[in-house]
Amino acid sequence: MTDTTTMTGPPALRAPSARLWAVALLAVALLALPPAAKALGEPFYISLVSRVLVFALAAMSLDLILGYGGMVCFGHAMFMGVGAYVVGILAHHGAEETLLFGLLPGTDSGWIAWPLAMLCAGLLALAVGYVSLRTKGIHFIMITLAFAQMAYFFFVSLRAYGGDDGLSLAARSTFSDLVSLRDKTSFYYVALGVLVVVGLLLWRVTNSRFGMVLQGAKANERRMAHIGFPVFRYRLVAFTLAGAIAGLAGALLANQANFVSPAMMHWTRSGEIIVMVILGGMGSLVGPVVGAFVFLLLEEVLSGWTEHWQAVFGPMLLLVVIYARQGLYGLLPAREGK
Amino acid sequence: MSAMLIAEQTLNGLQLGTMLFLMAAGLTLVFGIMNLINLAHGSLYMLGAYFAATLFRLTGSFLLAGAGAFVGVLALGMLLELAVLRRFYARDHLDQVLATFGLILFFNEMARIVWGPQAVFMPLPEALEGTVALIPGAPYPLYRLVTIGVGMAVAVALYLLIGRTRAGMLIRAGASNRTMVEALGVNIRVLYTAVFGLGAALAALAGTMAGPLLSVQVGMGDGVLILTLVVIVIGGIGSIRGAFIAALLVGLSDTFGRMLLPAAVAEMTIYILMAAILTWRPQGLFPAHD
Repeated sequence: MTDTTTMTGPPALRAPSARLWAVALLAVALLALPPAAKALGEPFYISLVSRVLVFALAAMSLDLILGYGGMVCFGHAMFMGVGAYVVGILAHHGAEETLLFGLLPGTDSGWIAWPLAMLCAGLLALAVGYVSLRTKGIHFIMITLAFAQMAYFFFVSLRAYGGDDGLSLAARSTFSDLVSLRDKTSFYYVALGVLVVVGLLLWRVTNSRFGMVLQGAKANERRMAHIGFPVFRYRLVAFTLAGAIAGLAGALLANQANFVSPAMMHWTRSGEIIVMVILGGMGSLVGPVVGAFVFLLLEEVLSGWTEHWQAVFGPMLLLVVIYARQGLYGLLPAREGK
Repeated sequence: MSAMLIAEQTLNGLQLGTMLFLMAAGLTLVFGIMNLINLAHGSLYMLGAYFAATLFRLTGSFLLAGAGAFVGVLALGMLLELAVLRRFYARDHLDQVLATFGLILFFNEMARIVWGPQAVFMPLPEALEGTVALIPGAPYPLYRLVTIGVGMAVAVALYLLIGRTRAGMLIRAGASNRTMVEALGVNIRVLYTAVFGLGAALAALAGTMAGPLLSVQVGMGDGVLILTLVVIVIGGIGSIRGAFIAALLVGLSDTFGRMLLPAAVAEMTIYILMAAILTWRPQGLFPAHD
């Protein structure tokens, strides 16, 4: 049941491997995309890839708990949605100049809203994790799903903020006068910057002692417990961190879509984020980014061909699961043989 | 008046509960015996409803439509097991979730291609129109009573099948030790295919019965799937008895939640119920095996 093949080490820094080349190519392509798209007269690609970057961030945070920690969370979209709603609700009160809960003024400042989005999503993850992490396997999958459904229905019932129809973002987040997220290229580079910073942070985290304990607990929980590590607490911290990062992704998504709605936390969305992680290759940090790319670009390309793109996409997914068990990134040979 | 309302709501809850049981029985058997989590179970329910609605329109006979949907989805389920899902028994749950998530996308889209994006209307069979006054002064729709009856009948039949027949004995044996059953000369693969087909057919039956009550449309299986998963997790995976009790529990709490609680909380009732039960008993109420 446990899949040890996903335990890849840190990316190679000594001998350049196929994977390192892939990462370098990806980085160059991402940096060069906005000017290239403008030169080609296809600025549409900038917003498409911006969306990809946001979901890559969410998928990466899920990978921390799914790929490294072995926790199959089927409610990750909930944390994203909460982050998005924090930005949306604050901007709403900021524009209407009303008070939130009759106490706090709203704001469209990203300096306040984004950390708050992370904080709220993180606290929610702490609470959800505290209850859910007592269960194992399929029960964990189901209980995280149950919490996500609760969150979904909670936001559907929030009539003051649009309920089922969602809430248009009154104003995009501002960062003093540093950048304007209204400009698509600026948003793109902000999203890319956030992704890179979080990616480096998670790379440090997964290779630290903390990350090793997390991976050890995935491979053999009983052994880790007997060595003396409080596995539950390690997992809870990882779960909370993943939730907070997903909340940040949600804050970005709200700005990208200019809109927040309960549909952001529908259970199929949680499923899609899992698909991105698995498709790209879990337990590798780069994998989820690749997965988000392939998923959203395939969606774009296939839906361009036929409105029934899911009839093609579904079986493709099936084939990936059957034949590419380590995901697409996992197909590239790692350094030295295996 | 209040007592009548409670009686009526109890029947509504039982009706939802028995419907969920039809879904949960198949899912929990497949889960408990083959260790396969099949998200596409909701798609089989949807296909059952579409088959029944189409056959009903063509033949005018509700019985024939139900039988056709039952047999059609039975065959489809067995085909699906043989062609695809059998590969996933030994895989971990994550792979299974993904593969069957892919199947949901596929089936939903195929249904949209074949039957179109609009909901298909399925009328009540004439013989089952009208109401019955179970309690004097509180008429209740006959069709809903029949639904409860069908669910209860299936529950009894399954209980006898699993508990009293040779096939049932093999199913139970296969659940506890696959290798041993194979060593004793039983063709476990055929058994698995049959169990999967049976589960699929029960989902189709649930779809048929739901057809005239809900609208037959693309994606109708997705919501039911989640409810069914909640049921089997509460009941304890692999346990038919657990599935039955949990289905009624979920059906009743959902119905009464909607009657008594404010809308926002009402939608969450069963998820709160599930989270509470899992916190209290992480294996569910009646775990089939540890």
